[in-house]
Amino acid sequence: MNEVLLLTWVRSTGLSIATGIFVLGTLWRLIEIYTLGRKPDLSVPRHRAAASGLHTLFRRSLPAPGMFIRASASYLAGYVFHTGLFIVVLLFAPHIMLMQSLTALSWQGLPSQFIDATAVLTLAAMLLVLVDRINNPVKRFLSTFEDYAAWALTFLPLLTGYLASRHLLLSYTTMLALHISSVELLLIFLPFTKLMHAFTLWISRWYNGDINGHKGVPS
Amino acid sequence: MSASLQKGLSVLMEVIDAPVASFFSSCVHCGLCAEACLFYTETGDPKYTPIYKLEPLRRVYQQEYTLTGRLAKMLGLSKPVTDQELEIWQPLVYDSCTLCGRCSMACPVGNDIVYMVRRLREGMAVAGHAPDGLVDASRRSLETGSPMGVRLPALMAQIKHVQADTGIEIPLDVTGAEYMVLMSSMEIINFPEYLGAVSKIMKQAGKSWTLCSEAFEATNSGVQIGVSDIAKVLVGRIVDGAEKLRVKTVISPECGHAYTALRWDGPNLIGRPYTFDVLHILEVLDIFRLEGLLKTSGFEDAQLTFHDPCQLVRRGGVLDQPRNLLKMVASNYVETRDSGKMNWCCGGGGGVSTIDEAEALRFAAFRVKKAQLEETGAKTLVTACANCRIVLEEALEHYQMKIDVIGLTELLAQHID
Amino acid sequence: MTAHESLGERLIQQGISRRAFLKFCTAMASMMALPPGSAMAIADALSKTLRPSVIWLSFQECTACTESLTRSYSPTLESLIFEMISLDYHHTLQAAAGFSAEKSREDAMHNAYGKYLLVVDGAIPIKDGGIYSTIAGRTNLDLLQEVAKGAAAIIAVGTCASFGGIPNAKPNPTGAVAVSDIIKDKAIVNISGCPPIPAVITGVLAHYLTFGELPELDDLGRPKSFYGETIHDRCYRRPFYDQGKFAKTFDDEGARNGWCLFELGCKGPTTHNACATTKWNGGTSFPIESGHGCLGCSEPNFWDAGSFYSALSMPAGALKLGTAAAVAGVAVGAAVSVANRAKKQAAQSAHRTATIADLKE
Repeated sequence: MNEVLLLTWVRSTGLSIATGIFVLGTLWRLIEIYTLGRKPDLSVPRHRAAASGLHTLFRRSLPAPGMFIRASASYLAGYVFHTGLFIVVLLFAPHIMLMQSLTALSWQGLPSQFIDATAVLTLAAMLLVLVDRINNPVKRFLSTFEDYAAWALTFLPLLTGYLASRHLLLSYTTMLALHISSVELLLIFLPFTKLMHAFTLWISRWYNGDINGHKGVPS
Repeated sequence: MSASLQKGLSVLMEVIDAPVASFFSSCVHCGLCAEACLFYTETGDPKYTPIYKLEPLRRVYQQEYTLTGRLAKMLGLSKPVTDQELEIWQPLVYDSCTLCGRCSMACPVGNDIVYMVRRLREGMAVAGHAPDGLVDASRRSLETGSPMGVRLPALMAQIKHVQADTGIEIPLDVTGAEYMVLMSSMEIINFPEYLGAVSKIMKQAGKSWTLCSEAFEATNSGVQIGVSDIAKVLVGRIVDGAEKLRVKTVISPECGHAYTALRWDGPNLIGRPYTFDVLHILEVLDIFRLEGLLKTSGFEDAQLTFHDPCQLVRRGGVLDQPRNLLKMVASNYVETRDSGKMNWCCGGGGGVSTIDEAEALRFAAFRVKKAQLEETGAKTLVTACANCRIVLEEALEHYQMKIDVIGLTELLAQHID
Repeated sequence: MTAHESLGERLIQQGISRRAFLKFCTAMASMMALPPGSAMAIADALSKTLRPSVIWLSFQECTACTESLTRSYSPTLESLIFEMISLDYHHTLQAAAGFSAEKSREDAMHNAYGKYLLVVDGAIPIKDGGIYSTIAGRTNLDLLQEVAKGAAAIIAVGTCASFGGIPNAKPNPTGAVAVSDIIKDKAIVNISGCPPIPAVITGVLAHYLTFGELPELDDLGRPKSFYGETIHDRCYRRPFYDQGKFAKTFDDEGARNGWCLFELGCKGPTTHNACATTKWNGGTSFPIESGHGCLGCSEPNFWDAGSFYSALSMPAGALKLGTAAAVAGVAVGAAVSVANRAKKQAAQSAHRTATIADLKE
């Protein structure tokens, strides 16, 4: 199989399989999780400003008071890597084209030099995240194979995407094929690993805010 | 599999719900919950990472309620939860967790870890892996009405003593009173000043109130050990008493978990809303303050600081009231670092203070509180939880720190003529 | 034409000045990225070279490769160079027909066996014994195998001969393949493109005549000097790509401003060819300059590589599994949900009120 055929395969059959498994897995997991249900809280709620599921949904993006000092590396690298990932994934013109073809929604992208710089920064932050996972006693203690695999599944699309756009290491066509394949791997495994947090964390935050907001605690 | 283990796992299957599933699916092993937990920060031992304490619950969830987990279990690919494992986990789930909720506040994906610890304790306890101290407290609660074995005659003696002291009559079993006042055993035995303070405040406010001879104990060991069936019996006594006396409001004493057990867990335990309101004594006092019914004179000039009981501030929602009240009587009030909703636990909540084996760990965990207090330089520590108070006093003595601890209600009463 | 005149002698006869010849050699040298000074070496070598015999076989093709070569402006040095070779067999260009045409091929093969160059355009059908394309009653497959035997080297001109091209595209009813799929024991240079750039054909010929060997090739057998970079790398619209300025339709403001055609499906990023530098029609323009994205015609399987009008980052085919996957996902989720609820209910009904006795092991 030559590189054009490989690229065409990952852009058609491969993508079709990957998105298929992603859609299937995500719906299955979401239904599996949320149909477990929960009992209504019978106690009389205390209403307090800024204490609700919705507030916590947003508030949890910021460190709780006193926490940033204790774990600044985790927070900083986490912010850079997540923000970078969002910028690169959502604001790079070719990615917007993909989104548009899938959802019919389109928006303005950013210059590729800016995307390139963001990718480098994000790659660096992700390496830092890995080093921290290996060095930090708690993270090392908690980490399983899945944690490292999830890291690699996230890192590879970023790396291959950067190498492809900068024409490094392999020909653009091959690298683009590898890039798309790595994204497909990510899509396939996302619903079945901790990467599923991309979906569930919003509802988890909402639950947390709702459970505590019911008691008047701005959590 | 032992019968008790089977029962425990079955109970875990009962209590696993969508939030639990969502929380486990969201965890990215970032370890920030450890940084929020005083048992990790003060020992540096990663096994005290809050989310790790939930490992048995996570595996039951995964093996019983996910398709992949069910398949793996069917094929014998997953590690079943065993008695040996639960025994190893007992000190993690009980001795080193005060249900303080700092981890639930810090988790960036929003996992309410305490919500899950509370559920794991349900299964652990029924499987026979709860600490003896808590089991004994629960038995005494069921048998005598109090975790410390305090019976009505002891209360009557205390009432007599306080009446003699203050010259104010303490009403008992008054039907139709506005408020029904509850006590914690700790207050009956160690801090009788509380009852005197309440009677002074009620007299000044001109409110009708009563104690109930059949339900004077507010604490709930069932909630701490994590057995809802027991917690339901204990809360049911208060509900029966309050409904029998037809009071408008039941007042939780200065006890954090008694408040959350009664105010937030109670209706869910008995399966229906109450016919009365539940307020913490500080909430009542703050209402009196707003209505002009609480009048104090004079100020404490010495520097004093406040310890927010976890169950009040973080798990109960009583956040501003203590500060409003403190300002009435303290001219030199200082906040500790991280005070308010991220305050550090005294180290003895959630039943930990009743676990003898946990004493050394509890003193180690107190180092964070010690540092907080030393930073303020305060000589008086005010709090609003009898359990916090006794834990703080013990630890201060252990570390030979000369700081007085006093309940806020008592402090206020001292400024009522 | 005789085969024994040198190229230099022919040029003098044709009235081509030494100056014009040197200019051609310089252009060739620079196009092939040879070191400075090579132009003189090329000129020397070319002027002394004897005209080699060339046999041109056309199989499953559309004649555009030949058209491309002959539609260059006349008289050009490219066309002259073609006169400089002894083109002994070419369906479209030769005067002879029928048996005499075939005889000229056989003569050329006989006279220069082991030395002649074989140029092929078009793919070769091999399905059903290759009966889908025949010349003089013989299959293309048969003809190619016979003529290739005595060739010094083979030049596959156009994407069909190089990679199978359009005849090879799905569903490929004739089983069309490239020259290199059949001939394994000869040096083959692929000059892909649909059609290929004429200067690239002459450039490769010049290189062969000068150095007596084929130029350095990439992993697809294409001369690196012409196919080493992508259209995108050399495109004059590249700065717009980097700035994120894209034409969204063929007649919007972006299109009028000459912005990047990536979003309109341009395959420049994955296409290796010299269009952006050599250009077409005497250096006038190339497709992107005319406002249309690159089709990627010099790459294998370009016809099957998704729509010409969908961007490279877009799916190359319809994502057929979407709806089925969603239905299956909901079905699996619902099944697990039902089983979970049953399990939870069973646990709830098995519940016996816990007593203190239960808490002691």
